[in-house]
Amino acid sequence: MAVYRPLRDLDWPLLIITLALCTLGVLQIYSATAGTKWEDAWWKQVLFVATGLSMMWVASMLDYHALLGRVFYLYIGAIALLVTTALVGNKVFGSTRWIKVAGFTLQTSEFVKIVLILLVAKYLTDLKSETLDWKDLAKLGAYVGIPMLLVMKEPDLGTSLTYIPILVCGILMAGLRWKYLVVISAILVISLPIGYHFLKPYQKDRLVSFVNPDRDPKGTGFQVIQSRIAVGNGGMWGRGARESSQTHLGFLPVPHTDFIFSSFAEEHGFVGIVIALVLYFLLIMQVVQNAQTATDRAGLYVCMGVAALLLFHVLVNVGMVIGRMPVTGIPLPLMSSGGSNTWSIFLMLGLVNSVRLRRFVN
Amino acid sequence: MALIHSEHRRTEEVSADRLLREDPKKASSKIAIFQYLTVAVFVFLISGFWKLQVQNPDVYSEAAERNRIKSTPILAPRGKILDRDGRVIVDNKASYSLLLNRDQIKPEHLPAIADALQLDYSDLVNKIRRMGNRPQIIIKDQLTRDEIAWVESHQDFATYPEMQLIKAWRRQYPQDGFAAHVVGYVGEISESELDSPQFIDYHQGDIIGKDGLEREYDQTLRGVDGQQRVLVDNMGRERQMENTQKAVPGKDLRTTLDLDLQAVAELSMDDKRGSVVALDPRNGEVLAMVSRPAFDPNKFTGRISRTDWDALANDPYKPLMNRAIQAQLAPGSTFKPIMAIAGLETGVIDDQTHFHCSGGASFYGHYFACHIKRGHGDIELHRAIAQSCDVFFYNVGNRLGIDRIAKYAELAGIGHKTGIDLPNETQGTMPSTRWKMRMFRQKWYAGETISVAIGQGAVTVSPLQLASALGGLGDGGKWYKPHLVKGDHPVLLRQGNFRPENLQQVISGMYGVVNEGGTGRAAYLPDVKVCGKTGTAQVASTNLTKGAKLHSDLANNVWFVGFAPMENPEIVVAALFEHGVESYNAVPIVRDVLKAYFDKKAREGKSLLERQTASETRFGHFADPARAMLQLPLQEGAPR
Repeated sequence: MAVYRPLRDLDWPLLIITLALCTLGVLQIYSATAGTKWEDAWWKQVLFVATGLSMMWVASMLDYHALLGRVFYLYIGAIALLVTTALVGNKVFGSTRWIKVAGFTLQTSEFVKIVLILLVAKYLTDLKSETLDWKDLAKLGAYVGIPMLLVMKEPDLGTSLTYIPILVCGILMAGLRWKYLVVISAILVISLPIGYHFLKPYQKDRLVSFVNPDRDPKGTGFQVIQSRIAVGNGGMWGRGARESSQTHLGFLPVPHTDFIFSSFAEEHGFVGIVIALVLYFLLIMQVVQNAQTATDRAGLYVCMGVAALLLFHVLVNVGMVIGRMPVTGIPLPLMSSGGSNTWSIFLMLGLVNSVRLRRFVN
Repeated sequence: MALIHSEHRRTEEVSADRLLREDPKKASSKIAIFQYLTVAVFVFLISGFWKLQVQNPDVYSEAAERNRIKSTPILAPRGKILDRDGRVIVDNKASYSLLLNRDQIKPEHLPAIADALQLDYSDLVNKIRRMGNRPQIIIKDQLTRDEIAWVESHQDFATYPEMQLIKAWRRQYPQDGFAAHVVGYVGEISESELDSPQFIDYHQGDIIGKDGLEREYDQTLRGVDGQQRVLVDNMGRERQMENTQKAVPGKDLRTTLDLDLQAVAELSMDDKRGSVVALDPRNGEVLAMVSRPAFDPNKFTGRISRTDWDALANDPYKPLMNRAIQAQLAPGSTFKPIMAIAGLETGVIDDQTHFHCSGGASFYGHYFACHIKRGHGDIELHRAIAQSCDVFFYNVGNRLGIDRIAKYAELAGIGHKTGIDLPNETQGTMPSTRWKMRMFRQKWYAGETISVAIGQGAVTVSPLQLASALGGLGDGGKWYKPHLVKGDHPVLLRQGNFRPENLQQVISGMYGVVNEGGTGRAAYLPDVKVCGKTGTAQVASTNLTKGAKLHSDLANNVWFVGFAPMENPEIVVAALFEHGVESYNAVPIVRDVLKAYFDKKAREGKSLLERQTASETRFGHFADPARAMLQLPLQEGAPR
């Protein structure tokens, strides 16, 4: 486990893309928060990235097989963390998502993602049969479902939904019979309307205002409308850094966290967002490439889990900014300001590097 | 998905081999699917940005502009309305109006706002809905000091941020309906007006002239509103001033009215129903115009309350009607000078023509009475005008026939709009064979001519028409277009090339009316030769069938038209006194105005200093100086 791996074997393109995105993020946080009470968010983010980088290095040094072997304890730990959060966590805006550890407020649900990626990888690797049967699906569903429910109870629907792509991607990678796929799709289609009734009123509002944002322009549709105005106001070349009225006059909600891409789009225009999205595309493709070159199935599952999670994050967050996805409040990886999310992404990228460093069987 | 399936089968074949399952290459096709999916997601996202940022960025940049720039209208004051000497008739007074910014309106705030400002809640909601395309809606004008204080203490972000005070100009009209009909009033543009092409440049909520000069010269009087633009943040806090567009005030309107004469005419009418019009027959300038009953235009400024409006609109005496240009009443005997000139010019009578009046005469099997039952005896033209003998003119009319009467009456402007610069003038009626055929598809009966000859029957005129008709006759048969705002040249409408001796006979008859013990002797002025003609018109008997409520509604309408001096008249005054019973009741009204005109002229000739004192007289206090100046006589019943 403690075998030295040469630094030159690290995924340097992945690191460069990651740092490029982090730089865009920090600059945008700096621009968007100037003159507001979040003025110091940009250097905090610099610290998060710096510490994230060292976390990534540590994670890449660890042998992912060793982690997979201890995944049961990690999972128990994750559940315990979520329960602890529910018991002693800080309540902010009516939602208990954070616990205070050594002066940092951590969003525990962000770190649970990593455990779930490992758990799914481990479970699928250990399968005796070639394809998944109903029992396997039920078990895996339960493993992922328990933390999902706990996070949903916080309540934090957005983050709990990010667990789904980990599960779905794993299952599809492992192989699923046609029949199962059809049945699962049917169950989902039927259960969606029923599930709607279990949503909280504000969550229903968000869905309704996603379908029709103009219905209540001052209420829940406000964020979507203002975000779309900000994006459209950017035009082809953007308004220029710190020249954006939507961002700087406060019309854009949380322009440094969930809606950072909206603020970015207003200041840097279509050209800017194409560059940023291309970087995200390359990031995901680089992770996928590591899955392809992984030496074993376990490595493949880990990398694909990370890739699926990143894709989901980008789709939902950026889709929300342009009004093509409902407002769920999940951050944009590497750009949004926030420690827990940044760290968990860096830890995941560390896992990807860990897989890469061990691609040659020795 | 087909890929997954086929791959499945292949792996199943070798499932016994544990090592193969460990081989990640076997999942490569699934990874490819993931890559395609990723490409699809990014295309989906980028296409969304393309649509917002490249295809129609203007929509959103305008929306962002609306977000950040709060523009407040700077209302332009309307032009003042002045009299011929530049004295102010209509002025503006600064006041405060309250507007609501549409973007910030919260429906739950409206009841409280309506309550505090004593507005009707449903009216307020309707108004906000009606002004759908305006970013700001003025909901109340002329705020009181208490209301301003309330707004200022509640317009912060936490309570009612949609409220905003702006400086407005309230139109200030003379008190007590002075010159109300001429001046008109302003009001909010109506839906139907907005739809008409005439108001293409106007917007919902605009204040426009609704009647009178305010309406006719709206384009001149109205200014161009400016805009103050302020950069605001999402809390509505003002961050910095942007470029301000100044308001352009409306142009002042100088009218031909003479405030002194107008004041006298107003006082003279008192609370009688009717109208007074004073013109300069030499050019058509309107010196005074009064219509009674009047209304208070100050109630209309901005937004009139529904109850006030209903009271005015449903008043049976129609106070909103400008009788000077809209009354359509039989002229009665004031029509006789026109008959006289027609008779002389066509040669059916001359200065020697005598008729015998025995108190009435029969024509076509009907008996037509004279207003003097015992009759005038043998009577010629001069006495017939002065004594207003009906039988004489029955005969003249009978000899002329309706179409020759109509020709001369229309020359004098009867049956035609004068074209005065006021909205909604009526044209009245001058019957003729053609008119009857057109209107009723019937032949004209010669018997109908007899009543037309004394200004009864179908003939109807407005006081303005009558003043213009007889004034033009006195001016030598030249009719100028009446107007309230001076153009470059007086417009000569029609000219009758009458023989001077014929004209002389008619005018001397009218001189006799006033100066030789005729029906208008109360109009006598010691220093000026006043000519005139009285008229008594029966209220059409159809009013009986309409069920007139009051007995007085059936009493005769009486007229007097006078001009002076006899040679080269400078002023003609027509007075209509509705249901005034006897013609001499209208005479003193005209006399007062004529006297005021010549007194003022004499005064101005005497001393320039005095004139300056007079021009300082403001309409608001017209009553006292006017009375002092003119020593108005009481309305004693003048002897016949």
